[in-house]
Amino acid sequence: MRLEPRPQPPLGVLLLYPLAAVAVTLALVSLLVLAAGASPLSVLGLVLKGAAGSQFALMETLTRATPLIFTGLAVAVAFRARLWNIGAEAQLYIGAVVTVVLGTGALPLPSIVLIPVIMIAAMAAGALLLLGPTLLKTRFGVDEVVTTLLLNFIALLFVSMLLEGPLKDPTGLGWPQSSRVVADAQLPRIVTGRRLHYGFVVALAAALCVWVVMKKTVLGYEMRAVGHNAEAARFAGMPVNSVLAKTALLSGGLAALAGFSEVSGLKGNLTLDLSPGFGYSGIVVAMLAMLNPIGVVVSAIFVAGIFVGADAMSRAAKVPSYIADVMVATALLTMVTALLFARFRVRWR
Amino acid sequence: MSEALDILFTASFWVAAIRIASPLIFATMGELICERAGVLNLGIEGIMTVGAFAGWFTVYSGGDLWTGVAVAALAGGAFGLLHATLTVPLGLSQHVVGIGITLLATSLTYFTYRLALPQVTTPPKIEPFQPLPIPGLSKIPVLGEALFSQTPLTYLAFATVAAVAWVLYRTPLGLAVRAAGENPAAVEAQGISVTGIRMGAVMAGSALMAVGGAFLTMSAFNSFFFQMINGRGWICIALVVFGSWRPGKALLGAILFAAFDAYQVRLQQISGGVVPYQLFLMMPYILSIAALVLVARRATYPRALMIPYQKGER
Repeated sequence: MRLEPRPQPPLGVLLLYPLAAVAVTLALVSLLVLAAGASPLSVLGLVLKGAAGSQFALMETLTRATPLIFTGLAVAVAFRARLWNIGAEAQLYIGAVVTVVLGTGALPLPSIVLIPVIMIAAMAAGALLLLGPTLLKTRFGVDEVVTTLLLNFIALLFVSMLLEGPLKDPTGLGWPQSSRVVADAQLPRIVTGRRLHYGFVVALAAALCVWVVMKKTVLGYEMRAVGHNAEAARFAGMPVNSVLAKTALLSGGLAALAGFSEVSGLKGNLTLDLSPGFGYSGIVVAMLAMLNPIGVVVSAIFVAGIFVGADAMSRAAKVPSYIADVMVATALLTMVTALLFARFRVRWR
Repeated sequence: MSEALDILFTASFWVAAIRIASPLIFATMGELICERAGVLNLGIEGIMTVGAFAGWFTVYSGGDLWTGVAVAALAGGAFGLLHATLTVPLGLSQHVVGIGITLLATSLTYFTYRLALPQVTTPPKIEPFQPLPIPGLSKIPVLGEALFSQTPLTYLAFATVAAVAWVLYRTPLGLAVRAAGENPAAVEAQGISVTGIRMGAVMAGSALMAVGGAFLTMSAFNSFFFQMINGRGWICIALVVFGSWRPGKALLGAILFAAFDAYQVRLQQISGGVVPYQLFLMMPYILSIAALVLVARRATYPRALMIPYQKGER
């Protein structure tokens, strides 16, 4: 069997295959639902209702999508330049740490100054955290996949150490949690009484900025060139290592914003379960969006809807909420396969 | 200070080191086979999770221990088949597929666990493998206790290294596997299918990773809990690089790493809580990164690693 590129994939094919991927994902997940002794149609109904069935549900979905947009953008930017940043989880936590350090009263500034200062500091910390593995890659040839993965574990232990040490909440009754950030360091809610906060707006703005950088700037062009063929880019005189370093700063900074927005907009403090794997889900979000920054927003909302809907569903039906993680992982694998078949034709001989 | 050194001369320390090394040995050999054939398998972390659960659950449902090991290997092989199908004939990104397999295998395991045991709060225990002292050899001071008073699965781990080394370097199959990772066109020229070799290697390697996971629930501990693999899979990927893709060196790396891990636990105990325990727990991960930095410059990757092969394409 061999794969032949389709010179110009017809529009029908480009639409049909992703739809087929969704159908296959739903079919496979239905099997698991049947195994759990529930009816797939009623479970699907409950998931949809839980994700988008009411104004409340919709806002919950957008709230959950916010960190996913940031980590999805972080991954999309890095993967575009073939910098395999699997460490968005670590960068997220570092962003959260900086938010707590600066936001719990250390800086007596008005909100309008304080929030941008915290954002910039958090981004800088995340950026530096990814710059390390990137320099190890460009200087010493150390594979960044393993180093960024291992940094996730180191970062979580580091946070645990801080929460039991210098950042420990004195009123926390022994729970490993930090003090709450002051009111001036908090992102306001968009609608009073709902959890959706202005972090979502920041995320949309970030997606727009990333789109502009990728499509309209020299750096974006260089990143795509390096990702497409690093050797050719080097031959064309591009400073490949410096492009990768800039990519790392951008990607790490974006992932750190996820930590900032979760603490400052939603949770108010830092705990060890701040992120239920937003860094890893960001990889799925970015791939489903084919690394397109605007697409990231759409796919983050889609993935968030699955998680929020499945949470609501598992309270009503007796199906474990891990079905959401299974569905998201299956969607990733079926979608990359479908996109391959959309671009290539299989010839048997 | 002398207290810290004394640890190194106790038999219990080395027993622990070999025990900690065992799952890493299985999984490192698994990853090594995959990479030698030219496929980076980032599904390792998830496949170990599947193996840990499948082996434990088989025994929990009434199967015997060796059946559990076989079921774990089969489950790992199945995920290996999925990984191989997507990365070898279809040539999809090994990074993306690997992470996808890890996410899928982990979530599927957790889903099945919750489905099978909806109400449990403390994970149920099984009767794990017991130490099987080898007569005579286990009486040697320190060394005998460390190497020859382990459970049968540890002996199997060491036997696996010998088997992998023998197959890779002494058989035509091994030559084909190594060539598939270096120069696939040469393999095809011999009339051997690169696709077949690579898919077989990924499946066999994944089965070994799963047995590595099963060691944790069936020999090191006696129950399954969430997040129990805890990055061991990623550490094994570092160990393959550290061992420069050679079974013997990788074995040495795994034992050194495990000795260090056993040492930090003991150091933690005698430090008496002055140093935060998290610093000790970080050490293995930091050590892995440091080891990669040390060897990276002269690492000679299999030349066709991560490069998909299409027949007749240059």
